[in-house]
Amino acid sequence: MSKELSKTRTGVSGLDEITGGGLPQGRPTLICGGPGSGKTLFGMEFLVRGARDFGENGVFMSFEERDTDLVQNFASLGFEIDGLIAAEKLAIDYVHIERSEILETGEFDLEGLFVRLGFAIDSVGAKRVVLDTIEALFSGIPNEGILRAELRRLFRWLKEKGVTTVITGEQGSGSLTRHGIEEYVSDCVILLDHRMIEQVATRRLRIVKYRGTSHGTNEYPFLIDEDGFSVLPITSLGLTHKADNERVPTGISRLDTMLGGKGYFRGSSILVTGTAGTGKSSLAAHLAKSTCERGERCLYLAFEESESQIIRNMKSIGIDLQPYVEKELLLFHNVRPTVFGLEMHLVIMSKLVEKFSPSVVVIDPISNLISIGNQGEVKSILTRFVDSMKLKGITAFFTCLISGSKDVDETEVGVSSLMDTWISVQTIETNGERNRVLYVIKSRGMAHSNQVREFILSSKGVQLTDVYVGPAGVLTGSARIAQESRDRQAEREYRERIDGKKREFETRKLAAEAQIAQIRSAAGTGKGTGKFYRRGRRKKAVAERTADRSGSPEAC
Amino acid sequence: MPGGRKGLLMSAIKTTTEIFEEAATREGSQRFVLSLFVAGLTPRSLKAIENAKELCEQYLKGRYELEIIDVYQQPELAREAQVIAAPTLVKHLPLPLQRFIGDLSDPEPILIRLAVKNES
Repeated sequence: MSKELSKTRTGVSGLDEITGGGLPQGRPTLICGGPGSGKTLFGMEFLVRGARDFGENGVFMSFEERDTDLVQNFASLGFEIDGLIAAEKLAIDYVHIERSEILETGEFDLEGLFVRLGFAIDSVGAKRVVLDTIEALFSGIPNEGILRAELRRLFRWLKEKGVTTVITGEQGSGSLTRHGIEEYVSDCVILLDHRMIEQVATRRLRIVKYRGTSHGTNEYPFLIDEDGFSVLPITSLGLTHKADNERVPTGISRLDTMLGGKGYFRGSSILVTGTAGTGKSSLAAHLAKSTCERGERCLYLAFEESESQIIRNMKSIGIDLQPYVEKELLLFHNVRPTVFGLEMHLVIMSKLVEKFSPSVVVIDPISNLISIGNQGEVKSILTRFVDSMKLKGITAFFTCLISGSKDVDETEVGVSSLMDTWISVQTIETNGERNRVLYVIKSRGMAHSNQVREFILSSKGVQLTDVYVGPAGVLTGSARIAQESRDRQAEREYRERIDGKKREFETRKLAAEAQIAQIRSAAGTGKGTGKFYRRGRRKKAVAERTADRSGSPEAC
Repeated sequence: MPGGRKGLLMSAIKTTTEIFEEAATREGSQRFVLSLFVAGLTPRSLKAIENAKELCEQYLKGRYELEIIDVYQQPELAREAQVIAAPTLVKHLPLPLQRFIGDLSDPEPILIRLAVKNES
């Protein structure tokens, strides 16, 4: 039957993708997890989104928190529960069970609970029900045998009613729930996990089972923030992105020239490595500026500097980013890496990308992430991030600090193979000064310069100039300038010498021509006499000799 | 609804029982306000009603109010009284509030709690 496959969308971002459309419609789903793992929030968000976005009203039956507390707690998450209650889209029934008040005196059932639930469902015409946490009954009802039988009946009854139910359960040791209620809820079980890794909290979600449908089986990181719950299925990416032929200018015209004349590919990943103070952030700022100049958006994720610090620093090289921030074309997200776990960073970054939909994302620098995870973890995070950016066609620009002692072709996080374009900026120390040079180490799919360029940070931004390549080797900075002026001097001297020689020949030529002319005129007067002819011949021979010496054959 | 009473549970019951014992023997006129919640007129409900009436007549004659509520007819009352099981006998007065779940076929715990056993 088609009913087996129909699903109810939760509206929780990301979860509907992992589950292939949502929770099983008209069936109960068990959400289990430890204390503080977000079970109640998940339940409430399921109802609020249902009522607000999908026109499906809901009933929240709370066994733990009072309805007034619930309203207050969720108001801070932007869920206006009292508004929904007033509009009769949501009903909350707080079931208070006080063990000390209850005494068993014979046979009973939980019909009272059924009636209350049924009454609440009918009062708002609910399609969604949350029972939070039904296991509280185990501490309140003395007869566990009856309770288990009644729970089984309850879930069957809910199925018959056709309401999509979320049941939360406290995780037990060695079992999904403390009282084993997962055996009654066999359609869908989702486990929420909240664990500490090196003093950093990480939340993960896993679909333990989902009968009758395929689903993502990994652990997915999720986030609880002011928008509620969000799951990011960033682990399930493949290499299926389309390659774009469009180019994104780098913001530095000489660099564009080095990259086949047009800049980076749109949707490609770019890595800039370099030791401290080589100008990696300046390259990033150029890209950000040129992106915003075209009216596109740029997201700048900074792990080292604050927003105002970056803006101030970039002003010093003539890049004013402030106007773009005001126009909301440029968004900074500045956070220390140690604030969250790696997964959380990925989730937050992805969420920002989703919200802001930029065409360029800058992460400055990725090397800082190593402080909260090992190389493998950082690489895995970045791989997933790069993949998700590629799928969205977003150009991703990463800077990476490398220590001076390391080989330039090696990044600490080992991500260079992921990148499409890799630019290395280095400093060369000679004659008591450090000069920056830039290489394009690789750039997939385009003709790119194999030559080194000197990289100058001026008040007009980054400028690239040719380095001096000559018999004295590759020279940069003042050595280049000195060598260039020496070269100019030498050239001037050489030209002067040539000019002098030319002038000398010119003078000699003129003298020779004058002589020839004189002889010719003399020969013309003594024509016809053998004596003069002979003398003329001799003169001519003399003239020829002179012409040979002066190197001007036309003299004859 | 008494909420933060758990910690005082034992002592509270004990003192109250003692008070009731005293009160019951001294005056014999302590009023009992009881509600019996049943779910429809099932055999179990009928049995519970019968047992409740018998109990009241036998031990609390002349000093009780017993209200019988069908939760199907008045679900909002079940909600107000925080009833989850059926049948449930709720003792509103005298304090503390108490819920006896079941068909009242085992009157022993009720009698202890109602502090009327000694009286009989």
